[in-house]
Amino acid sequence: MIRLIKRPTPSRGWIVATPVLAVIVTMIAGGIMFALLGKDPFEAIRIIFLDPLFDDRFAAYSRPQLLVKAGPLILIAIGLSLGFRAGIWNIGAEGQYIIGAICGAGFGLAFYPSENVLIFPGMVMAGALGGWAWAMIPGILKTRFRTNEILVSLLLVYVAEAILASAATNWLRNPDGAGFPGSRNLSRHAGTANPELLANTGMHWGVVAAFIAVIAAYVLLNKHVLGYQIKLAGQAPRAARFAGVNPTRLVLLCLGVSGALAGMAGLFEVSGPAGQISIDFNVGYGFTAIIVAFLGRLHPVGILLAGLLMALTYIGGELAQLMMGIPASAIQAFQGMLLFFLLALDVLSNYQIKFGREAVT
Amino acid sequence: MTALLSIDGLTKAYPGVVANASVSFAVQPGEVHALLGENGAGKSTLVKMIYGLVKPDAGAMSLNGAAYAPAEPRAARAAGVAMVFQHFSLFAALNVAENIALGMENPPKPRDLAQRIRDVSETYGLPLDPGRMVGDLSAGERQRVEIIRCLLQDPRLLIMDEPTSVLTPQEVEILFHTLRKLAAEGTAILYISHKLEEIRSLCDEATILRLGKVVATCTPREVTAAHMAELMVGKSLAAPRRAATEPGAVLLDVRGLTLLPASPFGTPLRDVHLTVRAGEVLGIGGVAGNGQDELLAALSGEVPAPGAVWLEGADVGRIGPDARRALGLLCAPEERLGHAAAPDMSLTENAVLTARRRKGLDRGGFVDWRGARVFAQEVIAAFDVRTPGPDVAARALSGGNLQKFVIGREILQDPRVLVVNQPTWGVDASAAADIRQALLNLAQKGAAVVVISQDLDELLEISDRFCALNEGRLSEPRPARGLSMEQVGLMLGGAHDMHDVLPAEEGAQ
Amino acid sequence: MIDPITLITALIATSTPILLAAIGELVVEKSGVLNLGVEGMMIIGAVCGFMVAVGTGSPWLGFVAGMAGATALSLVFAFLTQVLLSNQVATGLALTLFGLGLAALLGEPYAGIIPPPTSDVFPQAMHAIPVIGPILLSHDIIIYLSVALVAATWFVLKHTRVGLILRAVGENHDAAHALGYKVVRIRVLAIMFGGACAGLGGAYLSLVRVPSWTEGMTVGAGWIALAIVVFASWKPWRALIGAYLFGGIAALQLRLQAAEIGVPVALLDASPYLVTIIVLVVISSDRSRAALNAPAALGRVFHATS
Repeated sequence: MIRLIKRPTPSRGWIVATPVLAVIVTMIAGGIMFALLGKDPFEAIRIIFLDPLFDDRFAAYSRPQLLVKAGPLILIAIGLSLGFRAGIWNIGAEGQYIIGAICGAGFGLAFYPSENVLIFPGMVMAGALGGWAWAMIPGILKTRFRTNEILVSLLLVYVAEAILASAATNWLRNPDGAGFPGSRNLSRHAGTANPELLANTGMHWGVVAAFIAVIAAYVLLNKHVLGYQIKLAGQAPRAARFAGVNPTRLVLLCLGVSGALAGMAGLFEVSGPAGQISIDFNVGYGFTAIIVAFLGRLHPVGILLAGLLMALTYIGGELAQLMMGIPASAIQAFQGMLLFFLLALDVLSNYQIKFGREAVT
Repeated sequence: MTALLSIDGLTKAYPGVVANASVSFAVQPGEVHALLGENGAGKSTLVKMIYGLVKPDAGAMSLNGAAYAPAEPRAARAAGVAMVFQHFSLFAALNVAENIALGMENPPKPRDLAQRIRDVSETYGLPLDPGRMVGDLSAGERQRVEIIRCLLQDPRLLIMDEPTSVLTPQEVEILFHTLRKLAAEGTAILYISHKLEEIRSLCDEATILRLGKVVATCTPREVTAAHMAELMVGKSLAAPRRAATEPGAVLLDVRGLTLLPASPFGTPLRDVHLTVRAGEVLGIGGVAGNGQDELLAALSGEVPAPGAVWLEGADVGRIGPDARRALGLLCAPEERLGHAAAPDMSLTENAVLTARRRKGLDRGGFVDWRGARVFAQEVIAAFDVRTPGPDVAARALSGGNLQKFVIGREILQDPRVLVVNQPTWGVDASAAADIRQALLNLAQKGAAVVVISQDLDELLEISDRFCALNEGRLSEPRPARGLSMEQVGLMLGGAHDMHDVLPAEEGAQ
Repeated sequence: MIDPITLITALIATSTPILLAAIGELVVEKSGVLNLGVEGMMIIGAVCGFMVAVGTGSPWLGFVAGMAGATALSLVFAFLTQVLLSNQVATGLALTLFGLGLAALLGEPYAGIIPPPTSDVFPQAMHAIPVIGPILLSHDIIIYLSVALVAATWFVLKHTRVGLILRAVGENHDAAHALGYKVVRIRVLAIMFGGACAGLGGAYLSLVRVPSWTEGMTVGAGWIALAIVVFASWKPWRALIGAYLFGGIAALQLRLQAAEIGVPVALLDASPYLVTIIVLVVISSDRSRAALNAPAALGRVFHATS
């Protein structure tokens, strides 16, 4: 029998150690999963976690991909983490990401074929605004009518996907595209491109924005009154009201910031790595970012590391698909498993575990 | 005569604290036996072991001469042991009959149960409608649900954990009649309390616990309350003192405060008026659930009350808690963990919770953590808060120490007006005495102090004027000096709708 | 023109997976647990049911396998939230993310296969009876079962001791514990029931509704089931109304798309989700009702200190 005894103060050691432990346990469980699929587990784990960085055949391509994929994950996860800390659950970042991309791309394409240098910053603004506005829907419904933000933000993902399908096949479709779905390619047009800033690093404006977001979130949470209020509202909502925190303002702020960051991430993606608005340019970063946020313990530095790790599983997963025929969906299951183990091991931070019946002292 | 319940060497330890160390005593059939002790003396753990909620580490119990070791409350109930909890084990969204059925092993059909509830409530003078939602009942009525739930099982031993904290003095008298009638019928009652006069009037025997150990036994009628207090606390405590002062100008003025409750089972405030002057302590008494939380929320600014709250002649009803604090109106709510303080945050972080503005801990939107730590240390030193340091989480402190921290945090900000709700609830006697003295000192220095409490002795001890909150209405204040318990009880609403069924038996006893 | 009788017949079939999942989640939430993993459990049910039905040729074994698979997944949730005391919102999300990934992995070889058909209850001749025939008599057994399940859930919650105890645990777990009820055990059983219902709904989707396996085929059905529980104010019969209302919109929009009446396709595609959001807003804006019926302990962690 397992008994849990609440620690008087959360264990700092375990707070840092549990994510690492969760990754190790996930590797073991993932290895078992690969073995069941009839693949060599050791080779699979090596290909996913080591080869993208250290194997000479792949590293030249894979290393830059690390930042390309980590950028949007970190940017979105930073935004989500603020809300999660305050007990505000925006799980529709995928929708905000899509709408941000559409708004930003639409802004850029409206000026096509101008190459004015102000167009790209305008696109970033439009992307952020689009994501912000999409996140304001659950925000306003929650503050005005107390509607559950989890369900609304999630359901809006499906609405956003319907809008995306319509944009890609209809009103944003490339007029010179011979009727194929998808917009003009933004990344190949100087006015609208989000280029690689340093050759062979994968560094683009989205990665820069992600790093800025990490620093800003760190300062906000550790030094600023607002960060204090966010933490207070999440841990003790009644105490937060007593301290004078306005819950309505906090909900709108957290949802707005996470929406704007997700929208920006979407714009950086369509104008860079993805290149264009297409029916399936979104690959689920908005959902994976939820895992990144938790794996990073909702801490900005943790999110930075977790984002890089999760990016690695994406790249390694593609590699494993190529080299061993492991299905792409295995990686999604792998990521979900990681979140499970993290949540399970989390108990170690807050509780002491005793085995056996209650001992006679 | 063999004892109904005998307890021999019960021991229970939790990490870092021994709740009970080799506790032994016996309860006879038909006896009202008091278990007396301070908060944290181990009374609750002891009765939880008797009721099967906690397993003892060592020791044995016997009931009617047979070995008794209930594995769970069901077994205890089957053996004839029933319990009325201090924090009620009731379900607000279920009706009275459903609540009672949940506490029975084999409840009869709903219609028969409703009839039996009516019968029992008639017999013992505890009126109750089986179809009403428990959330809509007053605290006193809820207690009746618990008592009737126990009585329907014809218990041989009835455990009552601090039953009178939710009753007016008149209601206490009626409850005592019910308990005496039960005892006369042969039911033994284990009565847990720290209220000495009650124990002297009701109980046949008393076992006194201190720090988990039995320190004395006595026959309450034969000793003085002061003697029992000394046994319970381990030392004699000085009564709080203050020099007489003339009250100054009106600082807090509440005019016609009417407020709908925020939660479905809350209490509305109805046209509340009150004024408090500089240097004065106003005591507001009342049974729990009569609008105390709502009144505090309206004064603190958590709930806006436009036009109803005036501070030094200015309308502050519209502004929020932070702005009110800046003007000098400070509050300390009843619930320490989760309302007055965030459980998982350190004392330094909790210092920022209310002291940000008045202590200048906000530097252009950025928190001055060094300053916050210094302030937390000041509070710890000035109010003798026992803690390893300001970096410890609030939930790691004992109730009394955290309450000293919370009250100290407000007092050291030099409030113009301080409103406290239940300042000594769940706090040990010496910490309670310190807190009361600190509140008096604050008034002495010219602040206006409002103390909301269910502890009537406490209010009569420290208040200049006393008023009662009953069903959201506040009575006219009266000078506290010379007020009798009888008068106080009538101000609190008397016996409400309870009626005394046994006026004759009182004389017989 | 859209024929109302075929529309009603279609909406009943469209609604059934969601109704099953919603009634399961309703019981889970009544016990005070918020399981946001309905979508994940549904899709696991869909894939497990499909695999076993194709493998054995029996749709009935498929339904059982769907329930078993989703129940197994719900046990992971139960272990994490009830034993290891993890956050229910995060764990539910993890369940959905993991379920979607695992289902895609398991179902990969099954794309494009047609499952064995499920027989109807009443003979074909009875379907021809005007109005009543198609609406009431033309369905398979799972549809009748889903309505029976609503009735049974209503009866158990309202009129039995088991239901009373379940509601009590969801209302105030500390009080229930103090009276000696096994809070964790009761909640684990409720979570398993929710898993089985979601799994059956998922299997119905892949074996009857669609019928075929495609990755991510639940497209938010689990989330809509969660919304329907809120819409229903935790009352079983209202969950039936909510599910049929949603099914009606979904069935109607497909017919409108086919009819090409000039409404943008994107709007029609999104209409079930938009209607769900609007209904949620209307329900939650009624302050007194929403607050009164919600189980008071919903989503809170229970840790017995004694």
